[in-house]
Amino acid sequence: MKKVDITRLFAHRKLLWVGFLVAILIFLAAFPLYGNAYYIRLLFYMFMYATLSMSWAMFSGATGYMSLAPAAFFGAGMYTMAFLQEALPFPVIIVIGGLVSFGFALLVGLVTLRLRGIYFTIFTFGLVMFVSEVVAYTESHLFHAIGRHILPLDSKTLFYAMLVVAVATIVAIYFIRRSRLGLAMQSIGGNEEAAEHMGVNTTRIKVLTFAISAVFMGAAGVIMAPNLIYIDPRIAFSPAYSFMPILMSVFGGTTQLYGPVVGAAIFAYLERTLREQLPEYFMLTFGILLVLVILFMPHGLEGLVSRLQNKLRAVIWKSRKGGETEQHANT
Amino acid sequence: MGDLPRLIVSGILTGGVYGLLAMGLSLQYGVARVLNIAHGEFAMMGAMLASSLYVALGINPLVAAAISGPLLFALGFVLQATLFRGLKARAPAAAAFEGNALLAAFGILYVISYLALLRWGTLPTTVLYLNYVVTFAGMSLRLNRIVAFAIAVAMGVAVYLFLARSRLGRAIRATAEDPATAGLMGVNVNIILAFCFGLGALLAGVAGSLTAMSSQISTSIGFRNTLIALIVVTLGGLGSVPGSFIAGIIIGIVTSLVTSLWEPVLVVPVYYAILMVLLLARPAGILGKK
Repeated sequence: MKKVDITRLFAHRKLLWVGFLVAILIFLAAFPLYGNAYYIRLLFYMFMYATLSMSWAMFSGATGYMSLAPAAFFGAGMYTMAFLQEALPFPVIIVIGGLVSFGFALLVGLVTLRLRGIYFTIFTFGLVMFVSEVVAYTESHLFHAIGRHILPLDSKTLFYAMLVVAVATIVAIYFIRRSRLGLAMQSIGGNEEAAEHMGVNTTRIKVLTFAISAVFMGAAGVIMAPNLIYIDPRIAFSPAYSFMPILMSVFGGTTQLYGPVVGAAIFAYLERTLREQLPEYFMLTFGILLVLVILFMPHGLEGLVSRLQNKLRAVIWKSRKGGETEQHANT
Repeated sequence: MGDLPRLIVSGILTGGVYGLLAMGLSLQYGVARVLNIAHGEFAMMGAMLASSLYVALGINPLVAAAISGPLLFALGFVLQATLFRGLKARAPAAAAFEGNALLAAFGILYVISYLALLRWGTLPTTVLYLNYVVTFAGMSLRLNRIVAFAIAVAMGVAVYLFLARSRLGRAIRATAEDPATAGLMGVNVNIILAFCFGLGALLAGVAGSLTAMSSQISTSIGFRNTLIALIVVTLGGLGSVPGSFIAGIIIGIVTSLVTSLWEPVLVVPVYYAILMVLLLARPAGILGKK
C-alpha cells in the first residue's frame, strides 16, 4: 500500500500559497456581485485598516522607530480629496494623495530621523494634533469655514478602489521587504550601530522607507473621504486612525506580511460590531487588549502560529524517524 | 503692549506647573526607560479628582492634591512593578523594551482616558480656589496662579534635593546610570524603578490639581498635558531636572503670549515650530548632555 506522505505537500508550498491568495482575491473581487451592502462596507473597512496596519508595520515594525501618527498621513489624504475632488478624476487624486503624504512624511523624517528613536516618537505623538490645528487655522482664515463636504461616490467604486490600494500595498511591501531596502530596515531594527558600520546609510533608509509607508496611508485616506461625505479637521485627523492600526499590527504581529492583515480583519470586524452596541466601552476594551497583547503575546498571532508550526514539525519529524527505524527492523 | 509684562509674568507662573509636570516624565524616562505617553492622563486624573473631591466634600484643590497624589503614586508604582517589570523581563534587548513599553503606555493612555470618560463625562468644569486678584509691581495677577507656581517650584526643589542629597536619591541616580551594577551594589532595582514611576505619576497628579485651581478642566486635557510635558522635556534635555523647569517656564511664556496676542489654535503649531528648530539645531536640549 502506498503511504501518503504529508510532508510532500510542503514541497509545493509556494504554489499552494499563490493559488490560495488568487482564490481569495477572486472571492473578494466578485463579492459586490452577490454580497449585501453591510458586508461590502465591512470589507471596505478591512481593506482600509489592512493598508494602514501594513504600512505602519512595514516601517515601525521593522526598524523599531515607533510612529504614533498614521492618522496624520491618512488625514492628509482625505484633505487632498476635499481640495481636488472637482478638479481631477478619482484615480489621479488617489495617486496625488499618496504623493502628498510622501512629501509630508519626508519632511517629518528629515527633521527627526537623524536622531535617536525617542525624538521621532516624541515628534509623532502630537503630529496629528499639530496638522489638525494648522488645517483648522488655514480653513478658518483663508476659506472662512471649517469643514468640507465631499461628493459621495458609489459604494462599489469605493470598495474596488480600496481593494486595489490594499493589494498594491501588499505587493509593494512584499517586494520592499525582499529588496536591499527591506534588509537594511531590518538591520536597523536589529542593531542600528552595527548596520551603520556595515555601510548602510541608516538616515537615508529610515527617511525613505518612512515616506514610502506614508504613500499607502495617504492613498487610503483619499478613498475614505467620500465614504464619510463630510470632513473637518477633527474627523479627518481622529486619533483613532493612529491607534487602530497600531493595535491591529501588534495583535497580528509585525515580522510577517500576513500579521497586520489578519489583525486588521479581526479588529475591523470588532470595531464595526461594537461601535453600534457598546459605543463607550469598546475603545476602553481595545486599550486593555493592547496592553495585554504586548505583555502576553509580544510577537502577536504570528508568534503563536510559528510556535504551533514548530510543534507540528517536531511531530512530523518524529513520525518519519519512527517509520525509518521500522524499515530497518524489517530488513 | 502695556499688557506685555503681565503676560510674561503670567506665562512664568504657568510655566512652573509645566516644569513640575515635565519633571515627572523626565524621571520616568530617565530611570525606568519608559516614555510614558500616558503621563498627561495622570495630570488629568489629578485635576478631575480635585474637582470630584471639591464637589463631594468641599475639599480645596491643595488638600485634594495631598489625597490624590499618594493614590496616583500607588497607581504608578503598581504599573511599573507589574506591567513594565514584566515587559522588561521578557524583552530580548533594551531597545525592544523601550518600544514595547511605549506601546503599552499608549494602551494605558486609552484605558485611563476612556475610564475617565465613563466616570466624569466630557463636560468641562472649574474648581476656582483663591481666585482673587492681587496687585504686584503694578500688574494685576491672580493669587491662585502665584500659589500654584510657589508650590510647583518648592516641590521641584524638594525633589531635586532629594535626588542629589539623600541615600535613596543616590540609589536612584545609580540605577539610572547602570541598573545592573546598581543591583550588584545592593540596590533593590525593581523597588527603585517602581518608586520613580510612582513619583512621576504623583508629580503629574499634583500639577493637574494645581491647574484645577485656576483653569477650566475636563477629561480631555490629558493629551495636551502629555504633549506639553514631552516638548518641555525635549527642550530641557531628557533627564535634567533644572532643565525641565527652565524649559517649562519658556514654554509657559510662549503659551501665554501666543494665546493672548495671536490665536489660541496656533499654540500647538508654535510648539512644533520650536520642536523642529530644536531637533535640527540642538537635539540634546538647552541644558542636556550630548
